Amino acid sequence: MISWYLATPLVLPFLTAVLAFLLRWGRAGRWISVAGNVALLGAAAILMARVLEDGVIAGQMGQWAAPFGITLAADLLSAVMVVITAITALAVSVYALADVPKRAEHLGYHALFNVLIGGVCGAFLTGDLFNLYVWFEVMLISSFGLLVLGGRPEQIDGGVKYVTLNLISTILFLSGVGLLYGMTGTLNMADLAVTVPQLENQGLVTLIAVMFMIAFGVKAAVFPLFFWLPAAYHTPFFSVSAVFAGLLTKVGVYSLMRMFTLVFTGDTGFTHEILLWVAALTMLTGVLGAAAQNDIRKILSFHIVSQIGYMIMGLALYTPLALAGAVFYLVHHIIVKANLFLVGGVAERIAGSTDLGRIGGLYKTAPLLAVLFLIPAFSLAGFPPLSGFWAKYVLVAAAIEIEGWAIAAVALVVGLLTIYSMTKIWAEAFWKPHPDGTDPTLASLSAHDRRSLIWPIASLAALTLVIGFFPEPFVTFAERAAGQLLDPTAYIEAVLGGPAT
Amino acid sequence: MNSIILLAGTRALSGLLLLFSLYMLLRGHNEPGGGFIGGLIGSTGFVLYAIACGAEDARRALRVPPQNIAMAGLGIALLAGLASVVFGDPLFTGQWLFIGGTKEEGGLPFSSILVFDIGVYLVVFGSVLTLVFAMEEEI
Amino acid sequence: MEPLLALTIGVLVATSVYLMLARNVLRFIFGLILISNAANLTIFTAGRLTEGQPPLVPEGLDAPAVVVANALPQALVLTAIVIGFGLFAFALVLMFRAYSTLGTLYSEDMRLAEPREDRAS
Repeated sequence: MISWYLATPLVLPFLTAVLAFLLRWGRAGRWISVAGNVALLGAAAILMARVLEDGVIAGQMGQWAAPFGITLAADLLSAVMVVITAITALAVSVYALADVPKRAEHLGYHALFNVLIGGVCGAFLTGDLFNLYVWFEVMLISSFGLLVLGGRPEQIDGGVKYVTLNLISTILFLSGVGLLYGMTGTLNMADLAVTVPQLENQGLVTLIAVMFMIAFGVKAAVFPLFFWLPAAYHTPFFSVSAVFAGLLTKVGVYSLMRMFTLVFTGDTGFTHEILLWVAALTMLTGVLGAAAQNDIRKILSFHIVSQIGYMIMGLALYTPLALAGAVFYLVHHIIVKANLFLVGGVAERIAGSTDLGRIGGLYKTAPLLAVLFLIPAFSLAGFPPLSGFWAKYVLVAAAIEIEGWAIAAVALVVGLLTIYSMTKIWAEAFWKPHPDGTDPTLASLSAHDRRSLIWPIASLAALTLVIGFFPEPFVTFAERAAGQLLDPTAYIEAVLGGPAT
Repeated sequence: MNSIILLAGTRALSGLLLLFSLYMLLRGHNEPGGGFIGGLIGSTGFVLYAIACGAEDARRALRVPPQNIAMAGLGIALLAGLASVVFGDPLFTGQWLFIGGTKEEGGLPFSSILVFDIGVYLVVFGSVLTLVFAMEEEI
Repeated sequence: MEPLLALTIGVLVATSVYLMLARNVLRFIFGLILISNAANLTIFTAGRLTEGQPPLVPEGLDAPAVVVANALPQALVLTAIVIGFGLFAFALVLMFRAYSTLGTLYSEDMRLAEPREDRAS
């Protein structure tokens, strides 16, 4: 029965997608989407409770024993990612009630959205490398659909870049899978963790590791592979932007963390050194790119890039504290980033644009929205006592602990520059008067729209506050998750059954 | 396309292709074949129809939007996987039912695998036709 | 057989890189299709090659009687081909839409989502 804890978060989104698609002509479709995501959150919570109690759990689909069949496995990192995915999905599906036009619903928006969520959950839960590839593709094809849904020329333009660059990463991933299979004869991650260190040709393993690094690096949008992200993320609906910003790049980060703590740990001096450089450059280029932009969504898109750098930094430092920081950062960032995009959507709805030069006055006319913007924005920049402060604090402390002064300095400087971008949005969109002299208010939205737009934002902001004011359990949890990542014996035992060799 | 030869050929072939696709689907249970290849062959029947008479006529002949067929197929495949929950097995474990006797007595086997394959057939059939009709109408 | 396949993969990758360096996105997609085939061949070759022995279990036995081809890479390649088929069909339709809405196939001219700074004002 244990495998059903793992399978339910995968099955639910797909069932939701099927039902929502077949009933897309009425109003039922959107409510099915919301209900499905409530159920997903429940399933994720049950999975989390199970993992907290039993440690790593694994299930073999179709009763084909590992390493031959497809394994699903969840440790604390996987479980928390599934929970956070469900939270984001629920928030966005409620937001979509007011954000997504009927025409897009008829084309199957809700089905695509839920398939995307299913793909994300699958990527977090799978214990098989080829299966991970399949989940990546599920995510990719539904994200293609979501990105160009609506068909505006900018969307097509952004879509071309997104599609082509992601296809390259996919093919690199596939080649890496092929070569790794040729060397080890297995694709089960736990089995790989056992067999890869025994290989004679460690040089080739490092080469394959770098292939994976590039493939996942494109997905995670790290320097110098991030160009598709700012080209595409500001074009689709806001709910799509939010779920992309929150979840898609994080799947890349998660895969990097999984592979580079479980399988490719033979030559950390080389691979993790590269990752550290990548992390520093990603942080810097992202934040500098954001400083040059003048549109809310473009600024936020570049900030995704810079924040990814922090997570990679945690992985690259590869100490218990640094990995704990990376896990904490992942969780904090998904909530905050998705929320900022949602706030941007409301700002566009009531003020008419996301171009900072053409909007303003939101603080005076919509103070509630201003407060709801300030919480995630200051959290992103790392103001105490919000969640971002603790995330950055743990990471910088980890860097100083092993005397990585340079990377600690970069992290702090990037934090300062993040404040610059956030205050720029604040000053332009909220503080200065509206250039047209109009007073955009939340009251201009219908009561239904207002409810379904504000509630998700407020809930995510509340979650940020909770993490900020009570960081203790979350940090402890992140440390436990990091401990599991650094000592994968429990994971290997759970998957392969019996003690690891 | 306006060609009498193609029209006449299509009339004979599209039905035959659909029948053959069903044969391939059922044969796949024990021998090479199966839902995927069956779905591809079945969809060629309608693709041929779309080329000969236009996508609009093909849509009318199909009656149901191909997207719905694909999604319904996905649902059927999922349900086939979920059948194992009744028996307490992990997701997608094959379940066998022998109609009119046990396996040894030569009962007619009916399995969740077959249902899954039918789901795959519909997914492939529906998604290929969705793509082809879209392209046919676009260009 | 392996060296021959390795050479084929090499030629495929080289050709596709040449195609992908073009500014015409259609050429780029053709390059991608070629390189995805190279990746599939890589998996296929990595599974070791056997000649003329399909991995079928004869009637009445529980395991194949002789050494047969490795079925797993074939399954992986089949999956990858199917997925690739869907992705590239989508990509080609997208390129067509891009051509009809943006009026160009050259990536240099696709600047709607990221307008040039010097021409924006």
